[in-house]
Amino acid sequence: MAHYKMLDGNCAAVEAIKMAKVKVVSAYPITPQSTIAEKLSEICENGELEAKYIRVESEHSAMSCAIGAQLTGVRTATATASVGLALMHEVVNVASGCRVPIVMPVVNRSLASPWSLWCDHQDSMAERDSGWLQLYCENVQDVYDTMIMAYRIAEDPRVLTPAMVCLDGFFLSHSMQKVMLPEQKEVDDFIGTYKVKNLHLDPSDPIVIDNLTGSNECTEMKYQQAIGFKNAEDVMEEVFNEFSQKFGRTKAMIEGYNLEEAEALIVCIGSMAGTAKYVSDILRDQGKKVGVLKIVSFRPFPYKKLREIIGNTKKLAVIDRTTGFGGQGAPLWLEVKSALKSDVLVKNYIAGLAGRDVNIETIKNVYTDILEGNDSDDPIWIDCGENVMNIREVLLND
Amino acid sequence: MIDIKKESRGYIAHGVSACAGCGMELILRTVLNALGQDTTLVIPPGCSALFCGFGKETGLKVSTFQGNLENSAAYAAGIRAGYEVQGNNHSTVVAFAGDGGTLDIGLQSLSGMMERGDDVLYICYDNEAYMNTGIQGSSATPLGAWTTTTPTGKPVYKKDLLGIAMAHGIPYCASASVANIKDMTKKVEKAKSIQGPKLLHIHCPCPTGWGSAPSKSIEVSKKAVQTGAWVLYECEDGNIKLNNPPKELKAVQEYTKLQKRFSGINEEQLVALQMGITKNFERLMRMQAE
Repeated sequence: MAHYKMLDGNCAAVEAIKMAKVKVVSAYPITPQSTIAEKLSEICENGELEAKYIRVESEHSAMSCAIGAQLTGVRTATATASVGLALMHEVVNVASGCRVPIVMPVVNRSLASPWSLWCDHQDSMAERDSGWLQLYCENVQDVYDTMIMAYRIAEDPRVLTPAMVCLDGFFLSHSMQKVMLPEQKEVDDFIGTYKVKNLHLDPSDPIVIDNLTGSNECTEMKYQQAIGFKNAEDVMEEVFNEFSQKFGRTKAMIEGYNLEEAEALIVCIGSMAGTAKYVSDILRDQGKKVGVLKIVSFRPFPYKKLREIIGNTKKLAVIDRTTGFGGQGAPLWLEVKSALKSDVLVKNYIAGLAGRDVNIETIKNVYTDILEGNDSDDPIWIDCGENVMNIREVLLND
Repeated sequence: MIDIKKESRGYIAHGVSACAGCGMELILRTVLNALGQDTTLVIPPGCSALFCGFGKETGLKVSTFQGNLENSAAYAAGIRAGYEVQGNNHSTVVAFAGDGGTLDIGLQSLSGMMERGDDVLYICYDNEAYMNTGIQGSSATPLGAWTTTTPTGKPVYKKDLLGIAMAHGIPYCASASVANIKDMTKKVEKAKSIQGPKLLHIHCPCPTGWGSAPSKSIEVSKKAVQTGAWVLYECEDGNIKLNNPPKELKAVQEYTKLQKRFSGINEEQLVALQMGITKNFERLMRMQAE
């Protein structure tokens, strides 16, 4: 029976992995992902999940094991965060290049340095060109739902591209919410059993996978991946619609809130979308025409849908939970800005780094600034403190 | 175009582009002859990746994944697990990596694989430097040997791979050499028959990197064994056994003089090299007696 359960984001991800019936798990603990590794090892041990758990010695090996196992024809699981994802980087690209559709929860946490245990999106944004789909979650139910949908999307033969399901560290990974879990059979019917497509390891049908490839073919193979991303847009639409129908929760690559005659919209990803919606409600009550666009799929980026959904809105405030050093803006802003015509004001706000809460005040400040309508060449660090340069000042002898 | 009239024997195609006198091809042919078709290989980039071939062509007739340099053991562990959960306990999963990919950058994932007890056969062909990138020193380069990054001879000793493997308490590990193909075959067969992690450390002559005559590769390898620069032994369930050890070690110069990489070695280094070799041989003889 479909039923409700109290789960935190990490456990919601584990429920999805369990119901996807993965056969091999390889995971390495890292804050705030650790409970995923713990819970997976526990259910592999007690038989709740019929899978082999490989207690690897690093995230690099976690991803390597998952790739090796999935090439033999079984669904696999791993999960990571922060510097763990950074360590994985090399083999993250192998998974996508070999078209191994692994689904991996990424529990978003800041990258060192400075050392931080807390949430921002530097880790996954640093992987945005590694050939993985990237889906971002707003709440705990969303974590479960997105994981389930990600298997369908990633494994679709038109896509064959691995997927990161990104959930904000602590804000989602460690907060409990009531989550509706479907019946096992509903999940089975929705994602099907895993079948290896294209590259496979089988001693009775030997092939050599991933040998040196010349410049005469590499471009074409990379282009095939680009086509996979292109196809993923249609596949996502299909899968999101089917999911919405079957499970009653509406899903989309990009979600609008309070769009009616909106003068200004906040564009954001992840858990801060909930706060942004709440604040837009308050401001609507005060007569301000503001709303929210939540980007669910960052890769592929739904730029056509973005153009459609903003209608006549001429002011967009893009909040990045990452830095984008040296660029004109941070990653989300770059995508939004390049998707739109120049008659739309697209301003970049940096907020919520290293676990700093993107609270009501921060969101209000963003709306106030964007409604004023002044353009800015540089990103605005909206929640940055005063006397910045006096923090941990480096004293020079001369 | 070369018109190939006959299928190659064994599991490797004709005309693999190894250097003249390379020991690696002989090692892999011997290994695959002993293991048979029901084998899956993981090969990192490096000299051995030439077996994987280029583009649409390959030199291998067994299922193979070309991995990264540092994670052959992890890929192999994953493949093993994938086979296992599908009921395949018969295929042999082999990682076949050089000394750099094993003793340097690959040591961590190898250690993980050995500690967990994964049923993988790990083979390190040791040509004692990064030969594929152009002869740079590795932790397996012997003391006194020239490489492009040890231009005055390596100042420290070679890392003890089998010592590290034995410290993990794995069921079987052994050294081998192209100097004795029968011995190598026996060890591969034994490793195949044992459940759990196995490690073979195989001395691999490299005329290009060692500055030895391509026609003398076997002779050089034999001198390594006769001088104790390479000791043939195995460790099964913690018991060390030397395989036909020389009754008396020949002077190390008989080995070094055949290779240009030792031509710049000074007297002090030579004494140190000899001392290290003698001590290592005596240590292993003592361990065998215990």
